[in-house]
Amino acid sequence: MKVLNIVETAYRATLEEQDDTILWLSQSFQDAGVDISILLRGNAVNYLVKEQKPFNLHFGTWKQTQPPELDRDLEIMIDKDISVYAVAEDIQERALLQERLIDGVSLIEKSQVAQLFEQFEYVWHW
Amino acid sequence: MSSKTLSIAIMDAPYESANSTTALRIIHSALNQGHNVNVFAYEGAVNLTMKEQAPHANSIKGTTLAQENHPTTKDWISALFKLAQEKEITLNWINCGLCVDERGAGNWIDGVQRGGPADFIKSVKKSDGVLVIPTR
Repeated sequence: MKVLNIVETAYRATLEEQDDTILWLSQSFQDAGVDISILLRGNAVNYLVKEQKPFNLHFGTWKQTQPPELDRDLEIMIDKDISVYAVAEDIQERALLQERLIDGVSLIEKSQVAQLFEQFEYVWHW
Repeated sequence: MSSKTLSIAIMDAPYESANSTTALRIIHSALNQGHNVNVFAYEGAVNLTMKEQAPHANSIKGTTLAQENHPTTKDWISALFKLAQEKEITLNWINCGLCVDERGAGNWIDGVQRGGPADFIKSVKKSDGVLVIPTR
């Protein structure tokens, strides 16, 4: 089964979950035998920015020890042969310079998205 | 600095939005500075204080239950109640009763009370500031 997961909503409860739920789910799908790829669009392209430093979250005496590291999670996914795509215009609109982004991501123009979809049996927009 | 009273209405369920964490950070900051806080948890926010919440390990990261130290919002809110107690100020947390009933979400951590919209209005009238954080 070949699936493209599209991630658009960024930082949705990532501090509570300590990861992005769809990036996590995608890896879980891969473990279940799915040939999974990711397309980042909209604000989710910010996940590509290297060395994001989560602040020190604490409430009273409770302190977070495993904060989300979304750039690192994507790097791990790429190392596990999960293809990661991102919409180039969404990166440009946010003035994210290429040198600030993690390696191994395929940038595609919006006009190429439909062609990308053709490569998959299922396309799920989360 | 004299102690003020802040009323906050929140709506988001746990693990669905950054709004919950943001609201709790504001509450923490207010309590930490010695101010009293009234919270009206409406709709999905009544699930923030459910006693049965349990942390889990992370099979994708390969972390154990202890290593992952996964947050639960009920633990965060328990820590806020403790902070209020230490500071000798008030954290008054009201869960909307009808919202609780429709979700079967009635088993809460200590300190939480059942109430309704009228309780929020009463707290607003006694507050120096009011903040509403809705679901979007």
